[in-house]
Amino acid sequence: MTDLISMVVAKYNFWIYITLMMIGLYAIIAKNNLVKKIVGMNIFQTAIILFYVSISVKKGATIPILEHGHGPDAHHVVHAADYINPLPHVLMLTAIVVGVATLGVALALAIKVYDNYGTLEEDEILAQIREK
Amino acid sequence: MSEQYPALLVVVPLLSALVVSIAGWVNKRLCFPIAVAALGVAAWSAVGLLLRVLDKGVIVYKLGGWSPPMGIAYYIDYLNGLVLPVVAIVAFINLIANKKAVEQQFPDKIGPFYTLYLLMVTGLLGIVVTGDAFNLYVLLEIAALTGYGLLAMGEERAPLATLNYLYMGTIGACFYLLGVGYLYIVTGSLNMVDIARLLPPLYQSKAVLAAFIICMVGVWLKMAFFPLHAWLPNAYTYANSAASSLIAPLVTKVMIYVMIRLILTVFTPEFVFTTLALSNAVVWLAVIAIVMGAVLALAERNLKKMLTYIVVAEVGYMVGGAWLGNRDGMTGAILHIVNDALMTLCVFMVVGNIVYKVKGYAFEDLKGLFRKMPFTMGALVIGAMSIIGVPPTCGFFSKWYLIVGAISAGHYGFMAALIFSSMVSVVLFFRVFEICYFEPFADHHGHDNHPGGMDEAPVSMVVPLLIVAVILILVGLYTGDIVNHVIQFAIPETMV
Repeated sequence: MTDLISMVVAKYNFWIYITLMMIGLYAIIAKNNLVKKIVGMNIFQTAIILFYVSISVKKGATIPILEHGHGPDAHHVVHAADYINPLPHVLMLTAIVVGVATLGVALALAIKVYDNYGTLEEDEILAQIREK
Repeated sequence: MSEQYPALLVVVPLLSALVVSIAGWVNKRLCFPIAVAALGVAAWSAVGLLLRVLDKGVIVYKLGGWSPPMGIAYYIDYLNGLVLPVVAIVAFINLIANKKAVEQQFPDKIGPFYTLYLLMVTGLLGIVVTGDAFNLYVLLEIAALTGYGLLAMGEERAPLATLNYLYMGTIGACFYLLGVGYLYIVTGSLNMVDIARLLPPLYQSKAVLAAFIICMVGVWLKMAFFPLHAWLPNAYTYANSAASSLIAPLVTKVMIYVMIRLILTVFTPEFVFTTLALSNAVVWLAVIAIVMGAVLALAERNLKKMLTYIVVAEVGYMVGGAWLGNRDGMTGAILHIVNDALMTLCVFMVVGNIVYKVKGYAFEDLKGLFRKMPFTMGALVIGAMSIIGVPPTCGFFSKWYLIVGAISAGHYGFMAALIFSSMVSVVLFFRVFEICYFEPFADHHGHDNHPGGMDEAPVSMVVPLLIVAVILILVGLYTGDIVNHVIQFAIPETMV
């Protein structure tokens, strides 16, 4: 039991992202309302963004902006260990943009679906399709 | 100039998408020529790149002059040197062929349509040309997002079908991104060649294993590999014909390319086929994909939906061939990327012509079409022969390599599935021919034009279709050259 707890605590960032991912996946699969599915999809994407951000962390490091980078008392020796890894953050900036774009397209499609069927509940839409 | 081909390939369609969207506000008639010019440049650059690769070997293009581990590099070898011209030419021909169809189906959305079309091609070309794992994800999403937009411009059911595709597509891309994250944790690099250099000592690590499997699941979702195929048939069927004949040939094939790139370049064939010991299971999955695709196609009474299930079965061919783990199977899979893109283009363009004239693609709409649209149906016959695998059409040769690969791997289940699917394709297409040839005109379509007369689609649609049909035969005749001069070098020598 203590093994399990220490395993969870030692890598808690992974457990959090997996939990979030599964919540998102559950919403996509099990929810009936299209907007809830879209929200689930967004949670799924956000989980992966958090995963990337969490892997850039270093103990005792600070944000990746050079202290005294210029000016009179500038010093040019940079210790990589003093700064968290900026690359995953930069990558996730792009992934956030992609996520927003996907969310926008999904909501636009949901509006089209609502225009066509007058509802966003999937079972009601499928019933209408079957009637035709 | 020719050193800049890799950049032109992506930058020209990207920037012209912007120009087209502005031109759409000024004058709608400007959109089409700009799009044609842009894709013409892209196709020219792609062919030029293939010739350069044949001449000088692998090309590494550093975008903005930044060297690989830091900057993004485009990396063109024999594998994507072959796939690039196929993507560019398929997109180019389809663009020209569908001018009239676009004007007919959504006259008020010409600008947005061509903008999305160009962006989609940008994404697909970028996926194929890039040598950076994260860049690939971004381009994957560009291609996917524009694809959703294009597919949703269709019938009443199109938005819902596209929304289902969007969920699955997003999950697939996210899985790929997650796999790349694991690779980044263990190697600290995103450049494919760099990752490949750093990985070998780490092959026993569980994180590398997880990365590979997560990437594969993501890519399989995107390519509609059988148990994960549910989004494809509806999304492709209810879309407008111009979009479905762009997306059906290219998206699944480009994803197959990504899978082969991951297996051959990022990981090594030894790791994938020997260390993992998964290949037998995956080939059996491919067998199920082929059989189920064929059976589900048989159940359809609707030409376009039948073709979408054939696409699902063809994905099974290529995944199975790639995972047989020998040279012949991999050759067959790579050759089938080329052939399947062309023959899917051919049959979907036929559907586009039929929709243009008959306004329907259910089997009852097809009656008497051989008399009404002889050229279109002639192209359908050639496309169908190629899908069935009749020589000298190209489909025969890739199927031949796949079967040879299956025999030398001792995987007779896969061989049986290939032959079974060919048999089913015979039934599928001859059933269509029978309806088109022997059954007279349906009443509700017959009254507005005298029965028996010829009523072919416009020349601008028929000529590109016939060109594709001729290409199907030419590629078949020159298969030997393609394999000996290109594909042979795309597969690492360690793979036998």
